Amino acid sequence: MPTSDASTVSTPWLKWFILALVSLIGGYAVVLMYAKGESSFALLTLILVTAGVIIFARKETYAHRYIYPGMAAVVLFIIFPLLYTVSIAFTNYSGSNQLSYERVQQQFLQRTFADDRYQFKFQIYHTDNDKVLLFFSQADKKLISEPVALDQNLQQVSLQATDTPPTGNQAKLMVVTKNRNILSNLAVFTPDGTQLAMSGLRQFAAKTPLYTLAADGESLVNQQTNEQIKPNFDIGFYQAVNPTGEFVGKPMAPGFVVSAGWFNFERILTDEGIQGPFIKIFIWTVIFAGLTVVFTLAVGMVLASVVQWEGLKGKAVYRMLLILPYAVPAFISILIFKGLFNQSFGEINQVIEGLFGIRINWFTDPILAKTMILIVNTWLGYPYIMILCMGLLKSIPADLYEASAIDGANPIQNFFKITFPLMIKPLTPLLIASFAFNFNNFVLIQLLTNGAPDIIGSSTPAGHTDLLVSYTYRIAFEGGGGQDFGLASAIATLIFLMVGGLALLNLKASKNQLA
Amino acid sequence: MAIVKSKNEKYRVWLAHGLLWLFLAMILLPLFMVIAISFRDGNFSSGSLIPENPTLDHWRLALGIAVENSDGSVTQPPFPVLLWLWNSVKVAAVTSVLVLALSTTCAYAFARMAFKGKKILLEGMLIFQMFPAVLALVALYALFDKVGQYIPFLGLNTHGGLIFAYLGGIALHVWTIKGYFETIDKSLEEAAALDGASPWQTFRMILLPLSVPILAVVFILSFIAAITEVPVASILLRDVNQYTLAVGMQQYLYPQNYLWGDFAAAAVLSAIPITLVFILAQRWLVGGLTAGGNKG
Repeated sequence: MPTSDASTVSTPWLKWFILALVSLIGGYAVVLMYAKGESSFALLTLILVTAGVIIFARKETYAHRYIYPGMAAVVLFIIFPLLYTVSIAFTNYSGSNQLSYERVQQQFLQRTFADDRYQFKFQIYHTDNDKVLLFFSQADKKLISEPVALDQNLQQVSLQATDTPPTGNQAKLMVVTKNRNILSNLAVFTPDGTQLAMSGLRQFAAKTPLYTLAADGESLVNQQTNEQIKPNFDIGFYQAVNPTGEFVGKPMAPGFVVSAGWFNFERILTDEGIQGPFIKIFIWTVIFAGLTVVFTLAVGMVLASVVQWEGLKGKAVYRMLLILPYAVPAFISILIFKGLFNQSFGEINQVIEGLFGIRINWFTDPILAKTMILIVNTWLGYPYIMILCMGLLKSIPADLYEASAIDGANPIQNFFKITFPLMIKPLTPLLIASFAFNFNNFVLIQLLTNGAPDIIGSSTPAGHTDLLVSYTYRIAFEGGGGQDFGLASAIATLIFLMVGGLALLNLKASKNQLA
Repeated sequence: MAIVKSKNEKYRVWLAHGLLWLFLAMILLPLFMVIAISFRDGNFSSGSLIPENPTLDHWRLALGIAVENSDGSVTQPPFPVLLWLWNSVKVAAVTSVLVLALSTTCAYAFARMAFKGKKILLEGMLIFQMFPAVLALVALYALFDKVGQYIPFLGLNTHGGLIFAYLGGIALHVWTIKGYFETIDKSLEEAAALDGASPWQTFRMILLPLSVPILAVVFILSFIAAITEVPVASILLRDVNQYTLAVGMQQYLYPQNYLWGDFAAAAVLSAIPITLVFILAQRWLVGGLTAGGNKG
């Protein structure tokens, strides 16, 4: 038999070598990330690498070697994003406050301004071959470069003092504009080592840092205006301060991420522009998920009973055709419905208009939009319940129906007195899972209505048909609300709690069944 | 079977057939409409269910062939649909293979070995798989932004990153495979162990070959799940040429660029292979679905 487990059987030194290497690389990565201020990512790497090394080093954790890769994936892509999201909920992370304080400080310190003392007029001269000479002049000072080719490889040029302008042809302004990208990335050094950069079409100037760090290690001093700015850790922005140290100026972009405590949760509860839509959307989410479960259950269970009926011929064909809505990928069928329901050119409105002469506002009237969503979702969801019911129906003993037939019961009585009561118990955990799935049915809303019609008076993007998930998504990723990741994460955290509750309920329901 | 037949049984069967066909007509109408629209002239025009002037223009565009209009102008294909389909298939196939590798090894340990924390891990996985990835998109985005700085081919806007992100969704599959492993008799493996086979060898040489059916089910389930996934893909992928179908198809129906006819052809074209896979695999999937669900 070939040994497929070489590292543990035949060559132990190889195993230790690999483990040592992994520890080294992992350790280096952790230190690197920590030094960059990305402590949560450093911690994640540390945990995953340490766990892996321990599990593969010890004989006692042999079984864990089999689950490590899978568990690592779950930790990395499910649990970590979850915890990270919760941690973002307590910060002001948003489109305007994205970077860490250190990075923002760095950005301010890297800002430069064109120093008038080192401003040069700039001209290009053609030489005999394809190369050019760059000529700089300031009052009586004249500097010139070696002949260079104006192409992407040109990144820096050193200048020498000269007495006379070059003799060649002076290039037209067009040459400058054409090569603007190359020129603006060009670093030019004067003989005394000052760095010049392009500051206008005809100008190069020295770039000196705009801000210098003050003695307190926090405040920055503007070299041009002598104004002092200081990071305000309450709002996550630099602001100008007056001599007594009070913040007086406007917040200066870019902002940085600071802890916001419970602020985002408070906003959900008290801010009118958020609380109003939040409650509306929450209620609709529950109604939507509940009604979806009821409708799909009703349609699915009835169809399953009919299709499993002994006397019916062609059951296999019916089954296949009835499952079709489930077989077509949802992202395609939802978009198909979006087109068919379109108010102006949709086929459904054309039929209705032809028959009754009315045009229905599927996307602008809240009630009609919700109706449309429920119709589409029932269409999408009933085959799943039907499949489940067909499986469960087989386990109902046939003599029950036999007995009821002797008693003269009709099919409807059979359904409500035998089929339904016997099936609802094994279905419960599946229905809870279905409720949880639809509670978070992001794809349906995103592709069908994208939340339309909008709720008026909301301070974030919010629509009447939005579910909590799509509402969260829009707060985080739609431009209008300023990409408020902190608020979105706070709402996501609340949804996590609800989903967690549903999950526990589900676990309990399925355990009841086994007992 | 000696079921007592009521007198009006025949009448009821006909009623059932009638109602079923009525229901089917209603349910399948949207699908027929889209097929009709894909052959219809133009992107807005209305028409009957059977197009009066059938045209293959939308299909040509969907297949990436430029179309010459009657006035001599040429319409270029609006989107690379076949490339998107290929991207989707590529991502889904690689994802499924990796998911299979991760979940079978996990399931083996859970089914056959005793170790610390087994029960907590199993139940924990079930709970965590209910949390939708949509809610953690900000975190996932940040995660892949960071990963990309160290390992570029796993960063944002890469298929590698997308495949990686999908690997978290193994929990249900682990449960399904574990359930199947538990139905396989242990005696063969015990015999192999007596002959000196290592646990890894018994797993690879004995258990895996016996589990091919469930592996096929899990492969197809995760394949379909990866092909139809929208939110994570739409956050991670940025370039039109990197899109998967699920992200790309939305581009057709923006109000400012509404290409209804072109969409219909592209939709039918891309739905056909996926739907066929599903219907062919349906018989086994139904078992897998109920098994995965009931074991909770």
